[in-house]
Amino acid sequence: MMGDMEANVLTTTYDKIFNWARRSAIWPMQFGLACCAIEMMAVLDPRHDMSRFGAEVFRATPRQSDLMIVAGTVTEKMAPIVRRLWDQMPEPKWSIAMGACATCGGPYRTYAVTQGVDRVIPVDVYVPGCPPRPEALLWGLLHLQRKIDRMTVAKPGERIVSPTAEGRP
Amino acid sequence: MSDEQDGKPPGDSPAPPAVPSAAPSAAPSDDEAAAKAAAKAELIAKAKAAAEAKKAAAAAAGGGEAPAAGAPAAAAKPKPAHPEEDPNKPVWEKDPVAPDWQDGSSDPLTQALKEEHGDAIESARSFAGDLTFQVRRDAIAQVCASLKTKHAFTYLVDICGADYPKREPRFDVVYHLYSFAANRRIRLKVATDEGTPVPTVCGVWVAANWPEREAYDMYGMRFAGHPDMTRILLWEGFNGYPLRKDFPVEGIDTGSAIYPEYYEPSAGPVAGTGTGWKPAKPPVEKPVEKPVEKAAEKPAGEPS
Repeated sequence: MMGDMEANVLTTTYDKIFNWARRSAIWPMQFGLACCAIEMMAVLDPRHDMSRFGAEVFRATPRQSDLMIVAGTVTEKMAPIVRRLWDQMPEPKWSIAMGACATCGGPYRTYAVTQGVDRVIPVDVYVPGCPPRPEALLWGLLHLQRKIDRMTVAKPGERIVSPTAEGRP
Repeated sequence: MSDEQDGKPPGDSPAPPAVPSAAPSAAPSDDEAAAKAAAKAELIAKAKAAAEAKKAAAAAAGGGEAPAAGAPAAAAKPKPAHPEEDPNKPVWEKDPVAPDWQDGSSDPLTQALKEEHGDAIESARSFAGDLTFQVRRDAIAQVCASLKTKHAFTYLVDICGADYPKREPRFDVVYHLYSFAANRRIRLKVATDEGTPVPTVCGVWVAANWPEREAYDMYGMRFAGHPDMTRILLWEGFNGYPLRKDFPVEGIDTGSAIYPEYYEPSAGPVAGTGTGWKPAKPPVEKPVEKPVEKAAEKPAGEPS
């Protein structure tokens, strides 16, 4: 028996196989808030081609998405909606704060703009830029993949938690 | 600057070559001050000459001697203000000349309105051919109605506000009207303050509904008789009126009303601190077990 299967069996860890599967087919949510969304669209074009990293399937519903790319200015009126969309996404889920506005409010230090989307949802990767180049978003995606590689399925639902508002550097 | 130089030891400052190595006395600084004063006087004289030239040119704009009057003064200035240089020059290559405010009381529209409403039309001024009427607060709806029905101002372009913090009353409500029939724009202004509502013009133009709400949203002036006097752009419970001059642009405790489950009543963005928010509660997340977080942090520290 052992002899028969020798050539067909690979051993690995659950973590490795799960993380490989998760990071190789990230489905982002089709969701843009401002000009960063234009750069997010550019990431899908043949020149940059996010499908090289398995993340080209933009879903129009949060219920089928793994990744929320917060692309643009989060206003105070939009923030509860962002939060609701995030809550509707199934675990495991990740988020990228794309650009200066989503990271910290950017140039808008005003009453109308949320000073960073990490006030409302946990953020895994911050992509700087105003707006970031498509390459920068790909950089963020690769960072996220590296981060997913460090997850463990031993604690279901566990994710690398981003700093909250208090824990921010 | 000269004081700083005087205070330093002479060897310490090699930068100003004008001051010799000798101990600095009051003399060099005096010279400097004199030179500065002379330069200043020269500048003032230049500015005066330029202003005079401008005035002369403006006065003689109608007559043909404008270039002659402007020429000697313009020579002293690097660039003349509004040279009547080449009359054949296309209009877009000439410097723009801002028109002045003019009295608009001789306009037929003003006279018609004054006949009809008497002293409700407090003043009429004209800028670049567009009339601006200052209208008494209680008469604004009637004036608007007659403008719409009798003078064909059928289109309410916008209703804005303006804040003059030191003026009494403090606010202006500005109505921009347009007449398609006459291809003409006019402006109505009504002065008001926070406690005094302005009669709504929703009965005249239905389109006044949202602009009036917006003016209320941004400035806090009220409109009496409005069908729905609530905020339109900001959320209910927003603290303050953001387009007032004294409103801190970062906002005043604006977070609590919009995230009731996230911020306690007095939390949210703090005025004047910019990004210094007061988080009342951490985001609604599952409690994180410490060991897992550590396990997650560990590989992060490793060089990848």
